[in-house]
Amino acid sequence: MKVKMLSRNPDSYVRETKLDLQRVPRNYDPTLHPFEVPREYVRALNATKLERVFAKPFLASLDGHRDGVSCLAKHPKSLATVLSGACDGEVRIWNLTKRKCIRMIQAHEGFVRGICTRFCGTSFFTVGDDKTVKQWKMDGPSYGEEEEPLHTILGKTVYTGIDHHWKEAVFATCGQQVDIWDEQRTSPICSMTWGFDSISSVKFNPIETFLLGSCASDRNIVLYDMRQATPLKKVILDMRTNTICWNPMEAFIFTAANEDYNLYTFDMRALDTPLMIHMDHVSAVLDVDYSPTGKDFVSASFDKSIRIFPVDKSRSREVYHTKRMQHVICVKWTSDSKYIMCGSDEMNIRLWKANASEKLGVLTSREKAATDYNQRLKEKFQHHPHIKRISRHRHLPKSIYSQIQEQRIMKEARRRKELNRIKHSKPGSVQRVSEKKKRVVAVVK
Amino acid sequence: METVPKLGNNVPPKKDKLQGKKKKPRRYWEEETTQTAAGASPGPPRKRKRNRELRPQKPKNTHSTKKSRISKKPQVPKKPWERRSPGPQRSLSGAQDPFAGPAPVPVAVVQKFCRIDKSKKLPRSETKIRSRLEAAEAQEEEISVKAARSELLLAEEPGFLEGENGEDTAKICQADIVEAVDIASAAKHFDLNLRQFGPYRLNYSRTGRHLAFGGRRGHVAALDWVTKKLMCEINVMEAVRDIRFLHSEALLAVAQNRWLHIYDNQGIELHCIRRCDRITRLEFLPFHFLLATASETGFLTYLDVSVGKIVAALNARAGRLNIMTQNPYNAVIHLGHSNGTVSLWSPAMKEPLAKILCHRGAVRAVAVDSTGTHMATSGLDHQLKIFDLRGTFQPLSARTLPQGAGHLAFSQRGLLAAGTGDVVNIWAGQGKASPPSLEQPYLTHRLSGHVHGLQFCPFEDVLGVGHSGGITSMLAPGAAEPNFDGLESNPYRSRKQRQEWEVKALLEKVPAELICLDPRALAEVDVISLEQEKKERLERLGYDPGTKPPFQPKPKQKGRSSTASLVKRKRKVMDEEHRDKVRQSLEQQPQKQEKAKPMGARPSALDRFVR
Repeated sequence: MKVKMLSRNPDSYVRETKLDLQRVPRNYDPTLHPFEVPREYVRALNATKLERVFAKPFLASLDGHRDGVSCLAKHPKSLATVLSGACDGEVRIWNLTKRKCIRMIQAHEGFVRGICTRFCGTSFFTVGDDKTVKQWKMDGPSYGEEEEPLHTILGKTVYTGIDHHWKEAVFATCGQQVDIWDEQRTSPICSMTWGFDSISSVKFNPIETFLLGSCASDRNIVLYDMRQATPLKKVILDMRTNTICWNPMEAFIFTAANEDYNLYTFDMRALDTPLMIHMDHVSAVLDVDYSPTGKDFVSASFDKSIRIFPVDKSRSREVYHTKRMQHVICVKWTSDSKYIMCGSDEMNIRLWKANASEKLGVLTSREKAATDYNQRLKEKFQHHPHIKRISRHRHLPKSIYSQIQEQRIMKEARRRKELNRIKHSKPGSVQRVSEKKKRVVAVVK
Repeated sequence: METVPKLGNNVPPKKDKLQGKKKKPRRYWEEETTQTAAGASPGPPRKRKRNRELRPQKPKNTHSTKKSRISKKPQVPKKPWERRSPGPQRSLSGAQDPFAGPAPVPVAVVQKFCRIDKSKKLPRSETKIRSRLEAAEAQEEEISVKAARSELLLAEEPGFLEGENGEDTAKICQADIVEAVDIASAAKHFDLNLRQFGPYRLNYSRTGRHLAFGGRRGHVAALDWVTKKLMCEINVMEAVRDIRFLHSEALLAVAQNRWLHIYDNQGIELHCIRRCDRITRLEFLPFHFLLATASETGFLTYLDVSVGKIVAALNARAGRLNIMTQNPYNAVIHLGHSNGTVSLWSPAMKEPLAKILCHRGAVRAVAVDSTGTHMATSGLDHQLKIFDLRGTFQPLSARTLPQGAGHLAFSQRGLLAAGTGDVVNIWAGQGKASPPSLEQPYLTHRLSGHVHGLQFCPFEDVLGVGHSGGITSMLAPGAAEPNFDGLESNPYRSRKQRQEWEVKALLEKVPAELICLDPRALAEVDVISLEQEKKERLERLGYDPGTKPPFQPKPKQKGRSSTASLVKRKRKVMDEEHRDKVRQSLEQQPQKQEKAKPMGARPSALDRFVR
């Protein structure tokens, strides 16, 4: 007879002293872990609920401006520094960690229309309603010196926007035409126009750094190549585009914030259909900025809210609003992709978390592992109706909520009318146009 | 493995050199490669050579092996070889790694951890979703290989009992085993002589550390049976029908003559649940925190012990219920009835999930194994049957016992114990997931009284038997899972660990509605057909929003709303719809004709005269 009984030595399962960690032997055999899927589902449900509980995105409000904030700029080298220009011509530089204004300059008379930093972070440029372009030093004047711009360029027309090249000492302004300036000269290297209109913003492509995009009030978006003297091509939309923003990871992609409440993501190689229409705002979209990852972007709207969209989704994943925030004029996603800043009409700059339920500060490794695990679970079970309902729920102000309902009815009516028109006309005489194609009026090369 | 370079020097010219039409540039290692193939070295290099030989004839061959990496699941050990870049890896010194690539994993172990059913086809869907599903599958597969690797770290080996040259293990009595094993194991065999309080029911806690038993004449006790430390001992002055630990050893449910009572580990009565009366059997579902009770009145009641609410009270409509067991794989309750059927219940359904006709005559005992694949039943017809619970509920094997078994129990590793009269028989199978073979018992033991309760102790090679003479703890080598998981049920856990585990377990309490026959159904792709979706919507709304309501002409002014004109307008719409249908059918017809036509030869001018 050969016999062996299961006989464990307790010493190898119990800790030796009270100061030791408890021993936890593991066995991953599935029969010892029954109900794997239902338990994971319950964990995912709990994680989703906790995510909504901890979703407190608002961090701080920077007050100090004496008029609405008209433009914002990030510092290319320092995460904590932010520049803002106001409607009374004042420019302020803020320190985000202290949440204090560290410097203020009366830069222009009338609006500060645009502000941008040089790629090295030593100086910044502003344009204003007083037809001037000014270059300022990033550091304040030393004791006894007066606050003065490094250079001032007097122009003939009003400038409405400015952007700096990402690598060279070149910047572009827009107004009645797009001007490209060398920093050393007082007249533009070249100026480009396509028809007569006022151009509201101009943006350099961060990857293909010679490319520019601008949008004008006669509803078009024009693309330029700096190396040529003439524009490349333009696309005309249904309504006016307020700003565009290039994707920092994919050179061809840009997103346009439109007056018709939508945002359009275009591939510049095929402008005749937008890649995606992002709709959720209920009023004109005023500004848009990409996250440094190129996966999401944030948009500011006249409807007193900001929304975060994934690039490949047509609906927003997040909406931020507060009772006191009025029409949001400008928005920026910080370079560490963790925060969002927005400047609004009522003179405040607000700081938000990009991921509403994220825990800030240093995480212990166990905390990090737990959040990663929960994130994966949420992803795994995201399509289950109960979990989906909880994760999608957002509280909205009554004005936005009722407008959404109203617009849904209007959209449904338009659709019905189109169907009826097709039904009651000669077969084939009325063609159905896809929603994406409908919005693009023409592409001109 | 021999060192290759030594042999490499005196090699005849290679075969592939002769074969290749276009002479390939020769790499410095090529000589050795073919040599190893010729020599008696293991598989992979040889395979490479074969591939190369086949290439001119069947260029697809290599391609297909590379592409079907995922689908070729069972060949996991070969995978690392296949994936490797051509040519053996050599270090700077010229020595070759004899164990190159990741360590091979036995296929059977990988199979154990495999969670996806390869035989099931993915539903037809968009390519984007499809590729995502495929990626998820590949990931799962990788995980199962990793889990299989970690098997190496398990510390304990399972027990066994073998007879020497044809000796029947059933003839080995407990005293012999006790003599043969070490002192710690021998101490696990004991008898509690409690003749006074009559036949006993018993229950081990989920960690296998604690034992609770209750006698018919009201004796209830709980003890740490390993150290033999008594936790509590009371007499409830009432008949005790059944006894069961709740999620931890601190709580104890006792089915007494009248009502259900809950005691703590000091014997203090915490609750008396009057809504559960005249209970005969108790089962606790640890992941759902549900206490299932079967009563004399024929009700199966689910009590949520975490909140103290009755989740469901189901009328089994089969008279007195006194046979109940749970399926530990999917938490379905099995009830045995006097008409020979076993019915399967979940709290979400008012009707049984399934009914299995098992015996001619009443069912006497039911047991389900830990993997949820086999069910053992015994009936008044003296039969002991084993059923397959996957799919069709077919009997796998049957055996007539001289007396018929009154109590059945499965162990963690698939041993089946049956109590017949005052004898306990244990049958063993091949492995964990295989059914026990009923030909020859593995062990037998005669007790001092009639068996009244049976349970294998989790994580210990011990079978606890409650009988009319008290409690017997008998040794059953090879019954239990040797390696426990510390986060799931740890026999050596401290009080603090237990408390933390309790919080975690309560946080992930599975809702009662999720109990169904397939617990993995929640993770599967929901291919709800359009029909079913429509049907559900119809149920929810009471009407079908898809169908058009019958046309109702609008009332018009100035005498144009006369009955005749209403009818006329209605007619018009009806005709329009009819025309639409005809048009559609006409559009489909010519396609059919066109298909039929080209079969014939060229039409000739004389065809018009053909009748």
